[in-house]
Amino acid sequence: MKYNPAMKKCPMPSQAADVRNKNFSEVALGYTVEDALAEAQRCLHCKNRPCVNGCPVGVPIPEFIALAAEGKYEEAYQKISEASSLPAVCGRVCPQEKQCESLCTRGIKGESVAIGRLERFVADYHLTHGAPQATATPKNGHRVAVVGSGPAGLACAGELAGRGYDVTVFEALHLAGGVLVYGIPEFRLPKRIVEEEVEALKARGVKFELDSVVGKLITVEELMGEYGYEAVFLGTGAGLPMFMGIKGESAKGVFSANEYLTRVNLMKAYEEGAETPIFRAKKVAVVGGGNVAMDAARCAKRLGAEVSIVYRRSEAELPARREEVEHAKEEGIEFRFLTNPVEILTDAEANVTGIKCVEMELGAPDASGRRRPVVKEGSEFEIALDCVIMALGTSPNPLLRRSTAGLETKPRGEIVADERSATSLAGVFAGGDAVTGSATVILAMGAGKRAAHSIDEYIQSQS
Amino acid sequence: MYRILQKEMLNPTVTRLRVEAPLVAKKALAGQFVIVRADDRGERIPLTVAGCDEKTGGVDIIFQVVGGATMSLNAKEAGGYIADFTGPLGTPTAVEGLKKVAVVGGGVGCAIALPVARRLHKLGAKVTSIVGFRSRDLVILEEEFRAYSNDFYLMTDDGSYGEKGNVCAPLNRLLAAGETFDEVITIGPLVMMKFVAAATKPYKIKTVASMNPIMIDGTGMCGCCRVTVGGEMKFACVDGPDFDAHLIDFDEAMRRNRTYLEFEAISREKHCNLFKKETK
Repeated sequence: MKYNPAMKKCPMPSQAADVRNKNFSEVALGYTVEDALAEAQRCLHCKNRPCVNGCPVGVPIPEFIALAAEGKYEEAYQKISEASSLPAVCGRVCPQEKQCESLCTRGIKGESVAIGRLERFVADYHLTHGAPQATATPKNGHRVAVVGSGPAGLACAGELAGRGYDVTVFEALHLAGGVLVYGIPEFRLPKRIVEEEVEALKARGVKFELDSVVGKLITVEELMGEYGYEAVFLGTGAGLPMFMGIKGESAKGVFSANEYLTRVNLMKAYEEGAETPIFRAKKVAVVGGGNVAMDAARCAKRLGAEVSIVYRRSEAELPARREEVEHAKEEGIEFRFLTNPVEILTDAEANVTGIKCVEMELGAPDASGRRRPVVKEGSEFEIALDCVIMALGTSPNPLLRRSTAGLETKPRGEIVADERSATSLAGVFAGGDAVTGSATVILAMGAGKRAAHSIDEYIQSQS
Repeated sequence: MYRILQKEMLNPTVTRLRVEAPLVAKKALAGQFVIVRADDRGERIPLTVAGCDEKTGGVDIIFQVVGGATMSLNAKEAGGYIADFTGPLGTPTAVEGLKKVAVVGGGVGCAIALPVARRLHKLGAKVTSIVGFRSRDLVILEEEFRAYSNDFYLMTDDGSYGEKGNVCAPLNRLLAAGETFDEVITIGPLVMMKFVAAATKPYKIKTVASMNPIMIDGTGMCGCCRVTVGGEMKFACVDGPDFDAHLIDFDEAMRRNRTYLEFEAISREKHCNLFKKETK
């Protein structure tokens, strides 16, 4: 096999920063065949496969790259599919630099192999050239309900359908995809990709019931009782937004990132003719440092605002995916590190006029291992602006736990599930953010897949 | 897609639709709401369930035409379809155990107050209904209210029908005369509910207000419907929509509801122009 000794990754063709910060089209355009071949040939195919250890779902990385290096892209896609349910999504949104790519041997002296970009390439290749979608597996006569159509639910449904189960996915919103459609913006994950994944599941016999809020329209007990499902998977995510609890948070112009992103992504509020309103801010501060903060900031930028990210720790602690931080910077978003808002300032009509902040410095490491930010005495200052977006994280939705007697949850609302994904209720399994609190797409997908194995075992042991 | 079984104009700006949604009809209780989206590109709007018919699987919604989304909904006819109808959401109004209740409704809020009055009536409570409208041509659901109320007061701001004045007038009169209630339930414009709460507070009568803030998902996800109650942040969609009226920060809620006022005006204008073009 040909070997490419280049020390750096083959660059990702992208829209120019000053063009893309005014549109919602995808930023990264994807590798060409030539790019993909050259990049795949950088892989050393290490015998001990360090990269695979960094993947939460154990994608056979050197194997798929070897196939890609020979130009066998469809085969490479099939290889990834052995372990991952949503390659086109994960290739775009996984924090590869903290996972597979962080352990790549090529990364010791130069840049790691661009595993994520290659995954995206072969997945996109499959979507445009792929063999006709697999037809439904012969049914085994067992029925399973999946609650929530985010990454955990989709992965669980796909896995179960592959084993012959009759699967119905219940989704509260009017569109399937969960955080992939309401949270992650079009410019990072085009909605047609999610749509294609959902369509592929439908082709395999998975049914989707939209506008169906489990816990309200139908209870878990009813799903297991009169509806006749033998098992239920709860993949309801962590959707309840957190606020800071500071003065002024109920003012006009303060939004949770969830609200702002839902208006933009799910409701397409930026399009001419959309009925859903969006606040047209002039100057925005996004509070937080995760992917959601980057997404909200970049959406606000695209809607014409001057945007800064306010984060209480330093750049090194930013939890966001590296590429998103770089993209945000290129697009003209200002970063104010070691800064924390203490009050939102308003006028008499409760319109936001600014934020009062304090400067922080890093002290001793806290429970998360990151250095704890502490307030610098007498460092208060104000920033004039008209919009604040809170991207501080989310906690699991209370609807299910309030309506499901006997479902054990933790004090912050996470569903308690054991290593087999089993909850305190027989036949009810759970996984993803609903169990862990807000995490990543790939972890949720892995959890959905694992739960599917447990559900299979459970049902087979019952019959 | 959800089929519209019936459409009725209750007054020039208020419409009642009966929508076929059998599962919702089976579950919805007074005080709960649905999220409705007229068309594929429409806005998700919360509308309180005004009644259910389990036999036909129909769920009634009553809405005032105020902006683009409600205009699109109002453009639908019986036999047509709306894109989405999600519910029942929110917590039902707590009515169990109440023996004597005043239900105070204002304007289109009466559409939401009616099922509460009906449920109380069915449970055997003594119901005093006080309803208020701007003028005679805006009065809705009078007959229905009379049917479920032991005492009934109808007010209009301009005196063109019923008694002249607002809903607080008869309420204050009753309270001053020594009348007591287990609870006062109020549904209507925020400013009206604020005054109802102020009227009952000196008498220490438990008062519940049904909030109808801006929402998107209706399941606790967006935080847009946050209301300050007793100094704490609550989400109307999952914690409400009913809250202790003596603890609600009504002034803040009124300001928050004005967030998209400008957009609503533009959207209304656009829709009107569209209709004008169509009729030409």
